[in-house]
Amino acid sequence: MFVIVVGGGKVGYYLTKELIESGHEVVLMEKDRGRADQITDEIGSVVIPHDGCEGAYLAEAGASRADIVAAVTGDDEDNLVICQMAKHHFDVPRTIARVNNPKNEELFRHLGVDEINSPTRMILASIEQDIPVHELLHLAALGEGELEIIEAHLQEGSPAIGRASGDLAIPEGCSLFAVIREGSAVPLRADTVLEDGDKVIAIGRADCEAQLKAQLIGEPSEDVVGI
Amino acid sequence: MRTVIIGCGRTGAVLAETFESLGHEVTVLDTNTRAFDRLPSSFRGGTVRGDGTDEDVLRRAGVTDADLLLALTEGDNRNIMAGQLATEVLGVKRVIVKVNDPVRADAYAALGVATICRTNLMEDAILTFIGEPARHLTGVRAPTGTHPGGDHHETGATAPTTEA
Repeated sequence: MFVIVVGGGKVGYYLTKELIESGHEVVLMEKDRGRADQITDEIGSVVIPHDGCEGAYLAEAGASRADIVAAVTGDDEDNLVICQMAKHHFDVPRTIARVNNPKNEELFRHLGVDEINSPTRMILASIEQDIPVHELLHLAALGEGELEIIEAHLQEGSPAIGRASGDLAIPEGCSLFAVIREGSAVPLRADTVLEDGDKVIAIGRADCEAQLKAQLIGEPSEDVVGI
Repeated sequence: MRTVIIGCGRTGAVLAETFESLGHEVTVLDTNTRAFDRLPSSFRGGTVRGDGTDEDVLRRAGVTDADLLLALTEGDNRNIMAGQLATEVLGVKRVIVKVNDPVRADAYAALGVATICRTNLMEDAILTFIGEPARHLTGVRAPTGTHPGGDHHETGATAPTTEA
């Protein structure tokens, strides 16, 4: 596989190293000459010391025959432009972008970036799993990120407590599939009555979240401070 | 007309004053508040400190209600991303972004974003001054291709911006 990595920071550096070790053909683009020289000294002549946002340099790097372009600079705007240029100008089949601001994920996807990797989102997800809040917890993203596995911890004030799951107005495109009760997983049937302390696991589209939250969590009580 | 200008450099500041004199309601955005010193003391529009590639900042600057957005910072990619956020996420109908790299200026016009390229503008100005024909037909490259959200686009070509 021929991979062009753009951005020679820590992520780009280790990514390039790992890819070479697994036998891939790799070119790393780093516009800072000093940093480019340093990487060349350490891992050999795979570095193009130019800006990967510039069409001419992407061409020099061989973008027209690249299988993958991975844009991993620290700037979202650069990563977006690198992927768009690769995709639309050089017909690169697969583009991958690092996204720092999780809010940009949707825009990147909408504008045709094939894969999006957000370290901020991943760390946020780890934190959310540890801290109980009156929110839905995102356990994992499925497919290309349109679907998510979500956990709702039912606590006092939840409108779902005491009701059968079949009686809840679950938004279309969303499905409740299990409940974790006293440490064990129980399949959720339409007649399963939900209890205080249940953790309900759902799969759904991100845009169903508000409705799902209203059904399962309800309004947070006054003394709870959200994050 | 509501106009939002991202980047309060010389061009941004001059255009802020011009559009205000044309009766627009103008908001200027820059990451550095000192940049607003370039605005004339008579400027009555809004100033917002923040990064134009951040959706929250753009919302705070009232971009959702803007009729026209100009992205004029010194970073081509910042301008491109701000312009695409405004078009695709915030639904602004008319967006012009400054892209000084001619290759990217062409590429993004083809992707449905109106671009203006200082490099080509200067090239044309100099050629014309010395009596040679200009190389580029238009100052602003109108969006030619389809942007993902291209349906709601209004090109600058069919609707003149100044009618004063």
